[in-house]
Amino acid sequence: MAEFGRRKFSATALPGFSTVAAITFIVLYAPIVTLVIYSFNASDSVALWGGFSAKWYGIAWQNTHVQEATIRSIIIAVSASAIATTVATMAALGTTRRGKYSGQTLIYIMINQPLMVPEIVTAVALLIFFASIKVATGYTGLIYLIVAHSAFCVPFAYLPIRARLEGMDLTLETAAADLYSTPFRTFRRVTLPLLAPGIAAGAMLAFVISLDDVVITEFVKSAGQDTLPTYMLGQLRRAVTPEVNAIATALLCLTVLLLTLFFLLTRKRG
Amino acid sequence: MIEISKVSKVFGSGDAAVAALKDVDATIQENEFFTLLGPSGCGKTTLLRLIAGFDHPTGGTIRLAGDDITYLPPNKRPVNTVFQNYALFPHMTVAGNIAFGLEMLGQSKTQIAETVDKMLDLVQMQALRNRYTTEISGGQQQRVALARALAPQPKVLLLDEPLSALDLKLRKEMQIELKRLQSETGITFVFVTHDQEEALTMSDRIAVMRDGHILQVGSPRDIYNHPVDRFVADFIGETNFLTARVAGKKVKLTSGDVIAAGDVSRHGEGAEVTVAVRPEQVRIGEAGAKGGIAATVNQTVYFGTDTHIHLKLGDGSDLVARLQSPPSGESGLSQGAAVSVQFTDGAVQVLES
Ligand SMILES: Nc1ncnc2c1ncn2[C@@H]1O[C@H](COP(=O)(O)OP(=O)(O)OP(=O)(O)O)[C@@H](O)[C@H]1O
Ligand SMILES: [Mg+2]
Repeated sequence: MAEFGRRKFSATALPGFSTVAAITFIVLYAPIVTLVIYSFNASDSVALWGGFSAKWYGIAWQNTHVQEATIRSIIIAVSASAIATTVATMAALGTTRRGKYSGQTLIYIMINQPLMVPEIVTAVALLIFFASIKVATGYTGLIYLIVAHSAFCVPFAYLPIRARLEGMDLTLETAAADLYSTPFRTFRRVTLPLLAPGIAAGAMLAFVISLDDVVITEFVKSAGQDTLPTYMLGQLRRAVTPEVNAIATALLCLTVLLLTLFFLLTRKRG
Repeated sequence: MIEISKVSKVFGSGDAAVAALKDVDATIQENEFFTLLGPSGCGKTTLLRLIAGFDHPTGGTIRLAGDDITYLPPNKRPVNTVFQNYALFPHMTVAGNIAFGLEMLGQSKTQIAETVDKMLDLVQMQALRNRYTTEISGGQQQRVALARALAPQPKVLLLDEPLSALDLKLRKEMQIELKRLQSETGITFVFVTHDQEEALTMSDRIAVMRDGHILQVGSPRDIYNHPVDRFVADFIGETNFLTARVAGKKVKLTSGDVIAAGDVSRHGEGAEVTVAVRPEQVRIGEAGAKGGIAATVNQTVYFGTDTHIHLKLGDGSDLVARLQSPPSGESGLSQGAAVSVQFTDGAVQVLES
């Protein structure tokens, strides 16, 4: 009995743990593996293997629609992540560099609203909101997409920056002031460099989130403003060829690369 | 140099208000090694932070070399701090940390390089100058923190328990090192500690604090030999306290023995007073010796160089004597032995009650 009391609860000891884990990983990764494999299919089918070939990558690369959508996606993701990261940095500084204040939780919830409100609700709201502006101004450029993406990327940028700020030793800033540094120089020479990994991580996360977005983009975009994900969605409704697999695989590689960087940056320095 | 007058500091307000400093007055001289000593929570760090400018007092003024600096921001004060946790910049090298203050003062590159070099020599960190501060040991970090604070040649250096994180041996070395640096640079040091031995060995003067008050300021000898009250006497070293009544120019202990004590003129005849005597001033002789106080041995405790003899006087009050251990290690005083006790001339202090 004493032995039992000393034993800690362990999920891995539950019956069927390995089975459930195995099934979860299969469901998660088997489709992705299939997708990647079929992007190298020589035949036109996404279901029948016709030998190895990289031709779909070539075809996707040559496709002007894909080219335009890619460029558009990157413009939006770069702008939106830059804006969201700047806003998130200021928000994080504003919400951590002070004592407790009334409405603290409310502000925290408001900043993180996009994480909680169903995306479709935000999408519909933005559609209606921007539609009236489009009618009033007649302007239908990329700005709407950039603004919408910036808004829902803020919490993704905010969380790693805030985590970094909360882990920062406040006496470092006191020490800088003690060593004749003005508040602005302290921010530039001490706070900002120490915050940099958090900011970079936040920017990367925001970039990936923006790059992957379908729902809000689908609702907000004007005619001919397809991004890579919405273009792929459109393709799937018509004839499906492994070209989509090739694009998806390329996107996957980029995302994995950025997320790896993100984890390297947020990992605590040993 | 530093004049602290009527300084008070209250944290919070209403029911939650904490008075960390209460009308503190102190004057710190130029080139002085001044120590703030007191138990945890007595307000040492608070007072240091007010001198550094990280916080402002609720009342009173602080002057530095005649100028009122009470509300001056920290970056405008010729005062540097060695923080308890060192607060070294982790994204800068050892040399980068030392150069920081000089850069902020707008000194030229050659001037900075020269000073940094001198400082690295001073704290013997030349070999590790290009290491990041996360890659050096605790004692090395401590030396870098010291060099960083000394580099801008402040008028005053504030040190908040800088040695508390070090092990005993390194601590002793750094105590000597700090004392040497202070006399070499001629900078006024304000040093915070709650270690009485550290305070006694390093300071020119000590201020003993308790509950936001300064109880006594004086040289280590002053404070050790003439503590103003029971708290100071007890906090600085071990002390025997005995209750007595004034009898003429002497005092009469509750055991009935009459002994010579310090100045009793402040107290009226027959007034109850507390007298203090250090254990090393208690001498033990054979029972019945002339002028001695009868006592019995209760316990002997061996401490290596010293042996502590716990005694009971006639009325049951306790007294501890500290003797140098003889070569054999045996004091020859067995439990229950009858002895007589005498105090060194001038060793008995009358405390303010
Ligand atoms: N920012 C603060 N807010 C509220 N109370 C505080 C604050 N800083 C200090 N105090 C209180 O003021 C008193 C003095 O604190 P201080 O830090 O000066 O003590 P200290 O002598 O440095 O103690 P230690 O030896 O433990 O460092 C304590 O009761 C403490 O709780
Ligand atoms: Mg303290």
